[in-house]
Amino acid sequence: MTATHYYRCFLGIVSREALRFVHQRERFVAALVRPLVWLLVFAAGFRAALGLSIIPPYETYVTFEVYIIPGLIGMIQLFNGMQSSLSMVYDREMGSMRTLLVSPLPRWYLLMCKLLAGAFVSILQVYAFLLIAYFFGIEMPPLGYLTLFPALVVSGLMLGGLGMLLSSVIKQLENFAGIMNFVIFPMFFLSSALYPLWKMKESSLLLYQICLANPFTHAVETIRFALYGQVNFLSLLITVGVLALFVGLAIYGYNPARGMMSRKTVTTG
Amino acid sequence: MTEQARGNLAADATDGAALEVAGLSYSFGNRFALEEISFAIQPGEFVVLLGPNGAGKTTLFSLITHLYESRNGTIRIKGADVRRRPTRALAQIGVVFQQPTLDLDLTVRHNLLYHAALHGMGRQEAQHRIETELTRLGMYERRGEKVRRLNGGHRRRVEIARALLHRPRVLLLDEPTVGLDVPTRRGIVEHVHRLCREDGIAVLWATHLIDEVFDDDRVIMLHKGLIRAQGSVNDVNRAAGVNSVGEAFDVLTGDEADSGP
Repeated sequence: MTATHYYRCFLGIVSREALRFVHQRERFVAALVRPLVWLLVFAAGFRAALGLSIIPPYETYVTFEVYIIPGLIGMIQLFNGMQSSLSMVYDREMGSMRTLLVSPLPRWYLLMCKLLAGAFVSILQVYAFLLIAYFFGIEMPPLGYLTLFPALVVSGLMLGGLGMLLSSVIKQLENFAGIMNFVIFPMFFLSSALYPLWKMKESSLLLYQICLANPFTHAVETIRFALYGQVNFLSLLITVGVLALFVGLAIYGYNPARGMMSRKTVTTG
Repeated sequence: MTEQARGNLAADATDGAALEVAGLSYSFGNRFALEEISFAIQPGEFVVLLGPNGAGKTTLFSLITHLYESRNGTIRIKGADVRRRPTRALAQIGVVFQQPTLDLDLTVRHNLLYHAALHGMGRQEAQHRIETELTRLGMYERRGEKVRRLNGGHRRRVEIARALLHRPRVLLLDEPTVGLDVPTRRGIVEHVHRLCREDGIAVLWATHLIDEVFDDDRVIMLHKGLIRAQGSVNDVNRAAGVNSVGEAFDVLTGDEADSGP
């Protein structure tokens, strides 16, 4: 097991993910349309209704469209993480997860490669989205596009890790609709994606606290500050911590001693 | 026998069995799936793991490929313990799973390149191995096609080519002919026998179809997680007190008539 082997394996997994992504154009389009609808329809409508005060990292008043960009970036990555979770459950039912797991490299490494490949795809989606937003006149600071990148890696891995954790727990494809209701929606709405938390606090202290405890809030804030060339250390720290937790649990979930692929094989063996 | 096969056999002779399973047990909760399984396969040997559905064949495969882990018993691939040195052991195994595991939306070639990368092969070596193995199975012309467009028999052939890409010393096939018509099945059974002879690969072929057993194969009869008999076709027939594998299958697995194929 040489370093070359590790490297080739990593490239192989990333290029497979990229190829699959290219072949599934509907998925790409859907990944772009979703945040764009929010941006162009929802944000335009709420623009008048919501007044935003100046809060860090903003140095001046921003429009609602500008405010929700980080939240929508988070949404792209959240959906992508869930999508790869879905495809991992699917892969497992279809058996192609097995081909991955029987390859001669440590399992944690194979899972990490898969995670990085997923994050890579989500970052492509984010930049495509920012490009379109740019043409609609929603510009970020030029350097922000660059400083955003490391934040996207961290948030992409964290949300991908959540997906992987779920995929190790969920045994059947049919349960996936449940994830939509119980993971994606609460995570997105109970966060700082659509409104600043101080606004939330004005209406309900409990909701405010839930939002603060939501790791998605911190992923979004990490992204928001990165877009302006700043670092929100607390949010970054929490995102990285949650990332480690999710990935650790996911790797445990795929531990062979736990017989994660049971159920199905019991009946077919 | 090819030059390479002779080399393989000579090298194998020094470190013994290609696959060795000793005292292996596994249970799902409190239900035993496998109990005290022991057998060994030598290089160049074709062993048929025969048993009705639910006998424990797939569980055994999952343990050998380290998808599951058991604390009871040992599995060694060319001397490497699967539990303690999984990467070393897995590098020498080729697997064809019962369910198809190809990416339907990718081409045959991309599927194989992916597998080659997982096994750490360089681009050039991978291209060369893909050409060799696909040609052997008569699939080289179709390398550019999406797997979705291939029929079941051709998909199986691609999976066999894939399993052989990294030159494994042990080839595991879990009911590889399920869902195929008789001539296609026949072709695949014969091809794998040829591979076993020519390359000196140790083959473990799981099935519940007795017509896939050749006269000079070794047979392991598995039923309800226990090995009921093992040895040459004659040995197994003698153990069951009958004259054919078919009858032996019925006798040795007959205590539960409704579990048969």
